[in-house]
Amino acid sequence: MASTENMTLNLKIWRQKNATTEGKLVDYRVENVSPDMSFLEMIDVLNDQLVRKGEDPIAFDHDCREGICGMCSMAIDGKAHGGFKNTTTCQVHMRHYKNGDNIVVEPFRASAFPVIKDLTVDRSAMDKVMAAGGYVTANTGNAPDGNAMLIPKPIADEAMDAAACIGCGACVASCPNGSGMLFMSSKISQLALLPQGQPESPRRALNMVYTHDSLGFGNCSTHAECEATCPKGISIEHIARANREYMKAAFTYHEKKRSEGGA
Amino acid sequence: MMTSAVNHYFGSSIGRKHLVAITGLLLCGFLVSHLLGNLLLLVGPDAFNLYSYKLFALGGLLYVIEAGLALVFLVHMYLAVRLNIENMRSRGKYAMKKRTGRGTTLMSATMPYTGLVLLVFLILHLMNLKFGTVYTTVVDGTEMRDIYKTTMEYFANPVSVGWYVFAMFCAAFHTAHGFSSAFQSLGLNHGKYFGKIKIIGYLYAIVVGGGFAFVSVWAYMKGV
Ligand code: FES
Repeated sequence: MASTENMTLNLKIWRQKNATTEGKLVDYRVENVSPDMSFLEMIDVLNDQLVRKGEDPIAFDHDCREGICGMCSMAIDGKAHGGFKNTTTCQVHMRHYKNGDNIVVEPFRASAFPVIKDLTVDRSAMDKVMAAGGYVTANTGNAPDGNAMLIPKPIADEAMDAAACIGCGACVASCPNGSGMLFMSSKISQLALLPQGQPESPRRALNMVYTHDSLGFGNCSTHAECEATCPKGISIEHIARANREYMKAAFTYHEKKRSEGGA
Repeated sequence: MMTSAVNHYFGSSIGRKHLVAITGLLLCGFLVSHLLGNLLLLVGPDAFNLYSYKLFALGGLLYVIEAGLALVFLVHMYLAVRLNIENMRSRGKYAMKKRTGRGTTLMSATMPYTGLVLLVFLILHLMNLKFGTVYTTVVDGTEMRDIYKTTMEYFANPVSVGWYVFAMFCAAFHTAHGFSSAFQSLGLNHGKYFGKIKIIGYLYAIVVGGGFAFVSVWAYMKGV
């Protein structure tokens, strides 16, 4: 399968002027694509050609190009990040393709992710979910002693697995229900596992779920497509933990009104 | 922001999923008891009729149980339909190819359709059997409904048996995903045991779906 020679590819890329106009797939041909290029570099080459011809280059999101920022999106042949195991689009290399291949490139699709232009979508709904509770409140001051709070290694590892989320939105885009549960739950789960997250855990679960639901994300029906597509391999076990946290919070948490006193 | 967490729970995606899961598991339990009842068909007319007679002898209690069961069905269906409509909206206009072949299964992708088949089946099933022709018979000196005869007559028709087997196939498909998914929704997923829950779910689907289908085919072969 792996190519070692430069190839010519036939691309169909989603072009859309802005959020309000209809988009469509447009055919492009890119020559001299090295198998060592990343998918994004291949698009850079195409954009270079377009600019030289005086055409509008293809807008797409990217930043680190190292698989750690979560900025690159795009669905390659109908699969978020191309559907390779634990891989972001920027880490997809052209050696996976061969000369003459037809490749369809679309933006991440979900109601919660409106297209801004071409392959760029507005993922700020995820920021809103995060702002609703994906943090811990801590006093500032000197950095605390590393050993002041002991966390067993297996728990730390599990929290770390959840914390690996880069917020790319592949889970939402690949979910048949357009649900943001894997993204949302990885933060709820990570912080529920750690002592620092405990004080705000019930409020976090309530507010994040509330915000998730109100932003047009769908409901989970355990297809587990998110887990399969997640470039960080985050398991739906974290969704289960978020479900537990949410249930616990809904039935036990009571926000004190000012008249009742409290902290 | 959250003044009434419990109120919000019943409107939230997770709260409603919990209800779908709980009602689904209750229905799974109901199917097992129903299948055990059906197996009495194999024992003979008297055993089956006596079983039905004793159920009706519960009187008022039976109505309470039936009403509870109806409620469980309605909640399950209503919420599943609501959630599905929302999910369709959330997918957006140009949804991506659904399957990577690593997550979604044919079972999970067809949940709304198999569910719909089961709804139609349920209505016809009640009409044809529970509210079907009433015969009477005498067992041990007591007069009672001959539900055995109604059932065997129904299954003497190959079309009925074909439809019944198809519906049970859908039931197996539906529960093959639904069973383990219910545990996941209720927060019971851990690497240690979730694989086992999945296997139990598949076994449940095969045994229960297959069991019902077997009894119907047996009845057909036996004739009236
Ligand atoms: S560009 Fe940063 S993860 Fe791909």
